[in-house]
Amino acid sequence: MAEQAAGAASSRRLQFALLASVFVVAACGLAYELIAGALASYLLGDSVTQFSTVIGAYLFAMGVGSWLSKFVERDLIGRFVQIELAVGLLGGFTAAGLFVAFAAHAGPFRVLLYGAVFAVGVLVGLEIPLVMRILKRDVAFNELVARVLSFDYLGALAVSILFPLLLAPHLGLVRTGFLFGLLNAAVALWALWLFRDRLARRTGLLAAGLSSVAVLAGGFAGAGQLTTMAEGWIYADDIIHAENTPYQRIVVTRWRDDVRLFLNQNLQFSSKDEYRYHEALVHPGLAGMAHARRVLVLGGGDGFAVREILKYPNIEAVTLVDLDPAMTRLFSSASLLRQLNGDALNSPKLKVVNADAVRWLEDHADAFDFIVADFPDPSSYSIGKLYSAPFYRLLTRHLAPHGRLVVQATSPFYARQSFWTVVATLEDAGLKTAPYHALVPSFGEWGYILAGREAYASPETYTVPLRFLTAQTTAAMFDFPADMARVDAEVNRLNNQVLVRTFESEWRHVVR
Amino acid sequence: MKRRDFLASCAALAVAGCGEVKGAPLPPGELAGGNLERGHRLREKNFARPTEVRRVPVLIVGAGIGGLSAAWRLERAGFRDFAILELESSVGGNSRYGENAVSAYPLGAHYLPLPTRESRAVRELLADLGALQGDPHAARPSYDERLLCHAPQERLHISGLWQDGLWPRLGVAAAERDQYVRFQERMAEFREARDGQGRRAFALPAALSSNEPRWRELDRITMRQWLRDNGFDSPHLHWYVNYACRDDFGVGIGEASAWAGIHYFACRNGEAANAAADSVLTAPEGNGWIVKRLAQRYADRTITGALAFHIGQNRRAASADFLLEHENRVVRYEAEQLVWAAPLFVLPHVAPELPASLVAAARAGDHAPWLVANLTLAEMPSSGAGAPLAWDNVLYDSPALGYVVATHQRIAAAPGPTVLTYYHAFSAEPPKQARERLLNTPRETWARQILADLGRAHPEIGQVTQRLDVFRHGHAMIRPVPGTIWSAARQPLARGWERVHFAHADVSGMSLFEEANYRGVRAAEQVLRRLAVRVGTALG
Ligand SMILES: Cc1cc2nc3c(=O)[nH]c(=O)nc-3n(C[C@H](O)[C@H](O)[C@H](O)COP(=O)(O)OP(=O)(O)OC[C@H]3O[C@@H](n4cnc5c(N)ncnc54)[C@H](O)[C@@H]3O)c2cc1C
Repeated sequence: MAEQAAGAASSRRLQFALLASVFVVAACGLAYELIAGALASYLLGDSVTQFSTVIGAYLFAMGVGSWLSKFVERDLIGRFVQIELAVGLLGGFTAAGLFVAFAAHAGPFRVLLYGAVFAVGVLVGLEIPLVMRILKRDVAFNELVARVLSFDYLGALAVSILFPLLLAPHLGLVRTGFLFGLLNAAVALWALWLFRDRLARRTGLLAAGLSSVAVLAGGFAGAGQLTTMAEGWIYADDIIHAENTPYQRIVVTRWRDDVRLFLNQNLQFSSKDEYRYHEALVHPGLAGMAHARRVLVLGGGDGFAVREILKYPNIEAVTLVDLDPAMTRLFSSASLLRQLNGDALNSPKLKVVNADAVRWLEDHADAFDFIVADFPDPSSYSIGKLYSAPFYRLLTRHLAPHGRLVVQATSPFYARQSFWTVVATLEDAGLKTAPYHALVPSFGEWGYILAGREAYASPETYTVPLRFLTAQTTAAMFDFPADMARVDAEVNRLNNQVLVRTFESEWRHVVR
Repeated sequence: MKRRDFLASCAALAVAGCGEVKGAPLPPGELAGGNLERGHRLREKNFARPTEVRRVPVLIVGAGIGGLSAAWRLERAGFRDFAILELESSVGGNSRYGENAVSAYPLGAHYLPLPTRESRAVRELLADLGALQGDPHAARPSYDERLLCHAPQERLHISGLWQDGLWPRLGVAAAERDQYVRFQERMAEFREARDGQGRRAFALPAALSSNEPRWRELDRITMRQWLRDNGFDSPHLHWYVNYACRDDFGVGIGEASAWAGIHYFACRNGEAANAAADSVLTAPEGNGWIVKRLAQRYADRTITGALAFHIGQNRRAASADFLLEHENRVVRYEAEQLVWAAPLFVLPHVAPELPASLVAAARAGDHAPWLVANLTLAEMPSSGAGAPLAWDNVLYDSPALGYVVATHQRIAAAPGPTVLTYYHAFSAEPPKQARERLLNTPRETWARQILADLGRAHPEIGQVTQRLDVFRHGHAMIRPVPGTIWSAARQPLARGWERVHFAHADVSGMSLFEEANYRGVRAAEQVLRRLAVRVGTALG
């Protein structure tokens, strides 16, 4: 009698332990998935699809895993411990590994990303059915399923609450990865101890378990250094300024005489060839406008476009509207950067407005002879609106009678459909367009669009000093070779945001 | 469902727990709507005698969409001699809106689907307001892009993740998805179906639908019954159809008639040259943008704070006695024709001479209560894992309907503070009981429940919410339960009561913008005919 009771008690304890491990396993599973999704978004840009594809791959892999679990026949507990350790190691190192791989350019990043997500998914998918089978001996099936699934749900729930609130902001992605790896390893060790009587190859498993814990703990402790090191590789050069603003992360790097600006890890310019980008942005439009007095620049807080504009003595006033005061402060105060932009941001002709461009345009009635729209690429729905027909109609309201505007419009080579989408959208807003392109080595072949109520003719001469443009080459820039030639494109409307979707899929093929 | 409920309450506890541990106090806010006092006053009938009689050719009582649409139709016929008297301090009824430093936001109706081919008056109204360009009756007109809901339109939170669109996809088995397809095919058939006279089986306005029994019979069973009878048992499909009914009618598939449920899916045949067929028109203030624009036009003839407490008529005129809040006295209005655009269930309380058949008609059908909460957030809510923030964001395991983002239509480079409008239809309990609960529960309790519900998808919600205002609609929507829409008892409402014409969505038995508009325009045309103003019809 007493023995039976003791047996029942120990089996209850076992059940409880296994259910607790289901909780941890589910929590870890979701955590790895969230980490992979967040990391992919962080490294590959604020993509709208990163999370969905990671999650899709993960769910699919879990399905594969639970199907594979059929083939595990003997030594369930031993297998459970092994799988648990494997998940811990693999999952724990996913974030660190991917980060380093991305920074070191080691292999195709997407293959690694989805490979890791898939492997973790398969292993997690294997675990739950195994636990069910281990427990099946003691618990009625229906109740078993219900219990296991609710612990599964609870684990996932706990992480989905903790992850964005506590873990990601306080520990960082890499360290959070190691933390969950440690949890997995701990579950393995616990199972080892609980089932010490039923396991054959205990010592081997124990050694594996302890070394996993050691490795993961090492990773957890060294995560900070690892991240710094990898960030160093991403930027390749010395970081001379790094700052998080409410709007973005600003990083300026320097190697010999090459100064680069990164906003959210995206290269904005390299001082080696930024003159090409900015000359091409400003002069084809402004050179022929001797009547121009007032210019508006939207975006472009680095002051380079303003530097080019101020070369024309007929320009009396430039208004620069850039959202982020940190940007304009940086580029009007740091001496290295002031050298680069010719101290344009301190010009008496310039008025700097730190505001949302759209708000500002809606609240003011000023008209301009020339408007430069130098926004980030349309990689999110909110930025996509700055490339929509209603926005261009709003801009048109600020154009003086013979005014003209120029739009940076991503690469007609890498993102051909996107580029011509912007052209179609400007035309839908009732403007005549003159699309052109220029080669900026840091970016590749880049696209711009001039637009106005009147037709455009390229300037016959340039009267201001230029390093890149000549009148002849300018005329040629309006020719599009066959591989960038116009394609049919839908208008980018606020209610379809085709541009964001197109841009996303085109750049997906370019980014590794 | 049990496990989900369990999880939902755990999550609620967890979030509430977080809140309490950190001692985060509830955000401040107001509790508005559901004014009980006036209702009681109507029943007590202890009003003073009128101190003045004002004469006006046409009087409109109530300035919801029905009343405003009647005014619009009168003006289109060149007839401007009307007065609008409205009980509340602002016009709009169920399509009212609010505004704070961050944004305007809806207090009720928040969107209008692309109008159907038969919604002729709605199309003309939209054209008049500049929202529809070109021929209003074209198959595919263009709509003002700023009013078309910007992409992405909707997303669903399910299994801890956000997915695009509201049809559940994450974790839905292939067999269930086959049912989705079959269901949509059936609805497409209903959408095309017409009778021998060319009338659609399910038209919007509903009054233009075929009266053949093969379709009207669907008004005798519930939507759930119909789904079962037709071999639809997918739990996720049931969820979706249930969501649609709760969202449009304030009742679930267990109560909504199959006619109403199918109507939701089958009536919409509107298309646009510049948008997909499932697009909707919306603005920060929801349908309040239409209210705002119309209200401006008639501001000189509108009096708010006017409670109609007695309606009567004789051979010469109709009359209405009002308690005017701003003048603090009782005034009698005499009109040749009167448009009753207030809810119909109020009418028997104020019109002692109303014929018995109309009393019975007005009393047939009860109303679902709704709660609308506006949460003012210091910053955009975290997008969460999966699909990015959309205009309409729905939580799968929620007793409520999710939230819409008031600043979604804003074109801005940077995300800033915003207002979320959270909807809850009390569909799970009898309306009377739900109404009592709605009116007797303090704001703090609602606030806690709402934050817990949203907290499952947005753990930070308690920290970033700066205000939480709750608005109660005690009699929000007439419930289209079996035997309501096409009941014989309700039919006399369409004919009106001699000089008194009815212009409220209640007449249709379905609370939709298009129905309110149809009833308002129709009432106005009856008025014009009585006044012998030569009119065509805006109703086709
Ligand atoms: C929360 C909510 C969300 C909704 N969402 C949508 C949506 O997204 N799309 C949609 O199409 N429909 C929606 N609806 C349905 C909405 O009811 C209709 O769109 C439409 O607004 C109904 O207009 P109405 O004129 O028929 O009625 P009401 O809006 O009820 O108007 C009646 C008016 O009469 C006034 N009144 C009442 N009694 C008196 C009296 N004694 N004296 C004087 N005046 C009086 C009232 O104050 C009110 O202004 C929603 C409804 C609610 C409650």
